[in-house]
Amino acid sequence: MWSSPFITQPSSVSQIMLRVLLALIPGIALYVWYFGPAILVSIALASATALATEAVMLKLRNRPIKPFLSDNSALLTAWLLALSIPPLAPWWMVVVGTAFAIAISKHLYGGLGNNPFNPAMIGYAVLIISFPVHMTHWLTPHALGGAELTFGEQLGYIFNGALPAGLTLDAVTMATPLDTLKTQLHLGLSVDNIRDMPIYGRLAGKGSEMVAVGFAIGGLYLLFIRIISWHLPVAFLAALFATAGVFHLVDPVHYVTPLFHWFSGAAMLGAFFILTDPVTSPTTPRGKLIFAAGAGLLTYLIRAFGGYPDGMAFATLLMNICVPLIDAWTQPKVFGKKGGGK
Amino acid sequence: MRSLFKFHGGVHPPTHKAESTGSPIAQAALPSKLVIPLHQHVGNRAVPVVQVGEHVLKGQLIGRPEGRLSSAVHASTSGTVSAIDMQLVAHQSGLPDLCITLVPDGKDEWIAHSGVDYRQTAHTDLRHLLRQAGVVGLGGAVFPSDMKSYSHKHKIKTLVLNGAECEPYITCDDMLMRERAGDILRGAEVLRELLYAEEVLIGIEDNKPEAIAAMQQAVLDDRHAHMEVIPVPTLYPGGGAKQLIRVLTGIEVAAGVRSTEMGVQCFNVATAYCVWRAIAFGEPLLSRIVTVTGNVEHAQNFEVLLGTPVDELVAQAGSKPDTDRHIMGGPMMGVDLPSGSVGVTKATNCIIEASPRLFPPLPPALPCIRCTRCADVCPAELQPQDLYWFAKAKDFGKAQEYHLFDCIECGACAYVCPSHIPLVQYYRFAKSEIWQRERESQAAELARERHEFRLMRIEREKQEKAERLAQKEKAALAAKAAAPAPVPEPAIAVAAATADPDDTLQMRIDAAVARAKEQAAAAHPKNTDALTAEQQAEIAAIEARRAKIREMAAHAGADDEPPKSNQG
Ligand code: SF4
Ligand code: SF4
Repeated sequence: MWSSPFITQPSSVSQIMLRVLLALIPGIALYVWYFGPAILVSIALASATALATEAVMLKLRNRPIKPFLSDNSALLTAWLLALSIPPLAPWWMVVVGTAFAIAISKHLYGGLGNNPFNPAMIGYAVLIISFPVHMTHWLTPHALGGAELTFGEQLGYIFNGALPAGLTLDAVTMATPLDTLKTQLHLGLSVDNIRDMPIYGRLAGKGSEMVAVGFAIGGLYLLFIRIISWHLPVAFLAALFATAGVFHLVDPVHYVTPLFHWFSGAAMLGAFFILTDPVTSPTTPRGKLIFAAGAGLLTYLIRAFGGYPDGMAFATLLMNICVPLIDAWTQPKVFGKKGGGK
Repeated sequence: MRSLFKFHGGVHPPTHKAESTGSPIAQAALPSKLVIPLHQHVGNRAVPVVQVGEHVLKGQLIGRPEGRLSSAVHASTSGTVSAIDMQLVAHQSGLPDLCITLVPDGKDEWIAHSGVDYRQTAHTDLRHLLRQAGVVGLGGAVFPSDMKSYSHKHKIKTLVLNGAECEPYITCDDMLMRERAGDILRGAEVLRELLYAEEVLIGIEDNKPEAIAAMQQAVLDDRHAHMEVIPVPTLYPGGGAKQLIRVLTGIEVAAGVRSTEMGVQCFNVATAYCVWRAIAFGEPLLSRIVTVTGNVEHAQNFEVLLGTPVDELVAQAGSKPDTDRHIMGGPMMGVDLPSGSVGVTKATNCIIEASPRLFPPLPPALPCIRCTRCADVCPAELQPQDLYWFAKAKDFGKAQEYHLFDCIECGACAYVCPSHIPLVQYYRFAKSEIWQRERESQAAELARERHEFRLMRIEREKQEKAERLAQKEKAALAAKAAAPAPVPEPAIAVAAATADPDDTLQMRIDAAVARAKEQAAAAHPKNTDALTAEQQAEIAAIEARRAKIREMAAHAGADDEPPKSNQG
């Protein structure tokens, strides 16, 4: 016998994930504009790997393949991972990272909905720990001029590790703006001096700041259509801003502005697309605020004082650990129980 | 303009109301038979007071309320009782219940009835009239109205009249308000009197402008000074009593708390209408307005005699051939009827004819992705995704800790879930499991008590027996000590074997006691010091005999044990 409700809203997981993928497109478009189409290769590679791994894992776990494969969640993991690692990353890195993200951090924990850690960030963490050198070769934006690779040459490097004669990797890649900032500060330069370097634009790194703006635009679209709730991006960006702001105010010579932090690294991608992964973030409104604020604080601390240039991934993973606790602590009062006592 | 309050969450399912509001309420045709359940209300089932073959008149009592929380059932028309038996009924459980089947004689002949002037009648009498008339809440809760129109200790400030009707498809209250606003308000006036309420707030969702206008006009026409018609935002489940009370008064009535404790009582508009008919005309609750909609040729509201088989009712709206099920109530909280043969009850506000086209089966459920869309829309402010998790894991303790029983089963969560998880089914399952366990643990508690009592009794009997044996032994000893001649043991043994053991024992004890007394009279101080060899030999002989008696007694004890341990 059937049981009510007999009607449901025509929304579905695959549709939600699809919208999130769509919202990534402005950022990706700007990425291509500033850094060339190599990122599309990474994304394609990651997508194929993710779908294949997902299918294999579902088969191994005796789950129906079609509904899960079409839920678009594996694609989203793939895209986020591809966007987090250097576009010139060799093909096998993309494959290893994605396969690990899907097989280990998603399916070994029980598949969609059961993974405690953000799979894309696990993939990222595995890669940066295992292949730290490869993870520092970021493409130089067009805006800086200099040696550039054609699309064919980019493909050549991704799949064969071969560069055109006479070019070294250092000539076509550079450290990220955050990385540069960190090393230069270590060399004793002041923030102002560093910011005068050509790789920096108005907000943060040339090109990369615009990509961040692209992600922010996509994120606002997600907010607008209520796919994500405001709590996460707002709390994250506020906490990052506040922490960076305090340090910057106290010692502007050694600490960059909060805006720089907003538009560097994975901050915008993280605020709107990574932290907002529903599976691995808290469910209560207050919990979301705590979670995202914690991630903002940790991101800053890792960036400023930690061993990695960008703290987004580790901050996310660290906060993922706390989610069950945060949820348990922040249970809202139910209807009619707000006036005092439980 | 009155300022309204908000309740958390809520959803906007397509209303589908226009289909059934195009034509006025029609009188449903007299069916070939009426299947009238004796249990149409909360509380005890009514007890049949007619016999098979008996001719009854319209409005005649056929089911007497049993206990305080029960309600009367009447013959919806005149005719002959053809059966009193278990039939499928319009209820979620799908289980049969006791029904009276009535074959109408077509005369629709009323029993003598008349109303009273409520202003001249004592409140207890008015309540009694409501009870006699079988008036229960028609909004779905089917709680006996006489019980609800009485506030024990709390002062009721506000009477809320619920005309919100938030479920999609249902329009019976809407049409009733459009067509019979005057009687509704008069009924509300009676209820206000009964509760000594200061004000009556009539909440109607703003997607029913005609009903709002009609009710407002009726307030003016009859100069209902304490009444106010208040359009409330259209938002499901805004018609839930607690949600409506919240919207109108700002008061949140927690689960397990009666709204009367907070100075509010809530009645459905259709209930108020019936209250008026019962008080002013002495009409028992015999019919109600039912929306027939969905997969039908012309959706419409009908005034339907209680007990009318759903089949015969929907035929009048032209049920389409591809109809596969009948839903009673709305699509959000309604129930799938077990059969089209069930009779319309006091709780039947709507019959939706369902077809696969109209209500396509849901795609298979995916895992919960913790998106919290469900929590965002939950009017009880629960965390449905957690409840689902606990219910699925059968962690019922946790589910209760997370307020499972505050869930009103409105279905808003399941409506929005992108993973298409039938959340409400999990909550119903968890609730019924908890109830079941509760019953089982109560039964277990009872069994434990019984067991303990039995152990206690056995223990007591053992003790008594031990006492008797000890006594017997003492007596025997005394007898031995007294009588130089050997006790006629074989005789006793024979007696023990033939007579009832208790009697034998008693006999032996009595005899021994008597002998002991006799002996005591002629006693000389016992001196165990400086015994002669002769004396010592005598003592040894006595000891030996004593041991023999003890052994015998032990056997006697063992013999009467088994039958006792079988009892209990
Ligand atoms: S709406 Fe469904 S998928 Fe989303 S949290 Fe609730 S139960 Fe889970
Ligand atoms: S069915 Fe229960 S849990 Fe779901 S929205 Fe309604 S009250 Fe909340």
